[in-house]
Amino acid sequence: MMKLDMSALETQFGAPAGEDGGLLFDVDGAAMPAMEFPNCRDFDRFQATTKDMVKNKRGTTTLAFIFDKGVIVAADSRASMGGYISSQTVRKIIEINPYMLGTMAGGAADCQFWHRNLGTKCRLHELANKRRISVTGASKLLANILYSYRGMGLSIGTMIAGWDEKGPGLYYVDSEGARLKGNRFSVGSGSLYAYGILDEGYRFKMSVEEAGELARRAIYHATFRDGASGGCVSVYHVGPDGWKKLSGDDVGELHFQYYPIQKTPVEQEMTDASTS
Amino acid sequence: MARYDRAITVFSPDGHLFQVEYALEAVRKGNAVVGIRGIDIVVLAVEKKSTPKLQDSRSVRKIARLDTHIALACAGLKADARVLINRARIECQSHRLTVEDPVTVEYITRYIAGLQQKYTQSGGVRPFGLSTLIVGFDPYTEKPALYQTDPSGTFSAWKANATGRNSNSMREYLEKNYKETSGKETIKLAIRALLEVVESGGKNIEIAVMTQKDGLRELEESEIDEYVAEIEAEKAAAEAAKKGAAKET
Repeated sequence: MMKLDMSALETQFGAPAGEDGGLLFDVDGAAMPAMEFPNCRDFDRFQATTKDMVKNKRGTTTLAFIFDKGVIVAADSRASMGGYISSQTVRKIIEINPYMLGTMAGGAADCQFWHRNLGTKCRLHELANKRRISVTGASKLLANILYSYRGMGLSIGTMIAGWDEKGPGLYYVDSEGARLKGNRFSVGSGSLYAYGILDEGYRFKMSVEEAGELARRAIYHATFRDGASGGCVSVYHVGPDGWKKLSGDDVGELHFQYYPIQKTPVEQEMTDASTS
Repeated sequence: MARYDRAITVFSPDGHLFQVEYALEAVRKGNAVVGIRGIDIVVLAVEKKSTPKLQDSRSVRKIARLDTHIALACAGLKADARVLINRARIECQSHRLTVEDPVTVEYITRYIAGLQQKYTQSGGVRPFGLSTLIVGFDPYTEKPALYQTDPSGTFSAWKANATGRNSNSMREYLEKNYKETSGKETIKLAIRALLEVVESGGKNIEIAVMTQKDGLRELEESEIDEYVAEIEAEKAAAEAAKKGAAKET
């Protein structure tokens, strides 16, 4: 009988039974490298606080709103790990399928994986039922999955936007299990600033360009005030024929578009003085 | 071939699953059922075998509602039907819960057929001994639909179909006389097909009619009697016309 290779079953953590009194995992057999637990009075609270520190505070700004010509979806592109900016070029608007978009806020890996998974499920629904899944259905599929993982540490705050037979659809879905239908949403640490611009400038009847510009401005202002948002603003429009990317602008350049540099009188005096 | 009919998961050398074929025999012994798809209406007509005097006929409804827009009638083992109908009803509601939309007729037919197929490929179980006729309206396109499933787990869409006792003669009649109709004409077509094999009269026929607007409606015995009387009158008139024509030539 050949010796079976059990190395894949070995876990990295775990105290053999009997050590330390309370045991977290009941492991037997393979010899584990014992991990020393830190010296603290309340180990469970220590675990919770550590998890909390690492927990993503959803450093981002995303927004979406419905208007008479469809749905506008916009997001920034900065990823941060605490005070460190890990990337300025993250794609936070995920293309689930040619007529549905999802936004990313929270854990990047969680969002990317579950949106891809949702895309798979939507495609299977299409193949089985010979019709596209509705935005309602897609958001419900995602919400049910996230609810079943509730409490296990997923961090996802997403908006599902699309155009189906009932017209434009927009849902907010998060890892706590909430699922809300609405006309305007903004998610992330910069959402407060984005809401300010968005709520003020929003009208149901707008042209696609006006709506795109409103979204761009709202995200820009969020990146101006919120340290965890920045990079570029991507703006998408979802219409009856599917989504289309309207623009992608660097916020630094946008700033000088909105607020061009004014030449001050003092500078002019200085140049006169040097030539005389 | 007797050795190959004990377990359903065993093929016979010439490719038969005998248990499934025996299940079809059970269907052929069941009551006659006719389903017709009209332009904006669907009709299910079922033979009602004589009810014992003491039995409460309201407890033996042959046409079951799966959802507000889908109904089912079947021929074969009634106890199996009850189980299948319950599973289908649960699936209709479960679908509404997970995608917030009612099922299409095709979806629920596929589900029922899938269930029937599962029981032809498992150990220790026998197939469901019934064929179903499923009617309804598509919630999006509002088009009427009629589907049939059988114990082997296959399903297909039909303009008109019959199953159960003497289904072949009923189907022949339908093939000769089917036209795209609506309203009363569709109901009369269903009754005429059923009367080919069933004793005439309202107490031997159970009919349910479904329209997009009004949903499912079971016809009263008196209504059925009226239709039957109309049909008999039409038949008599046609006979007289034939005889008259024959006399003239």
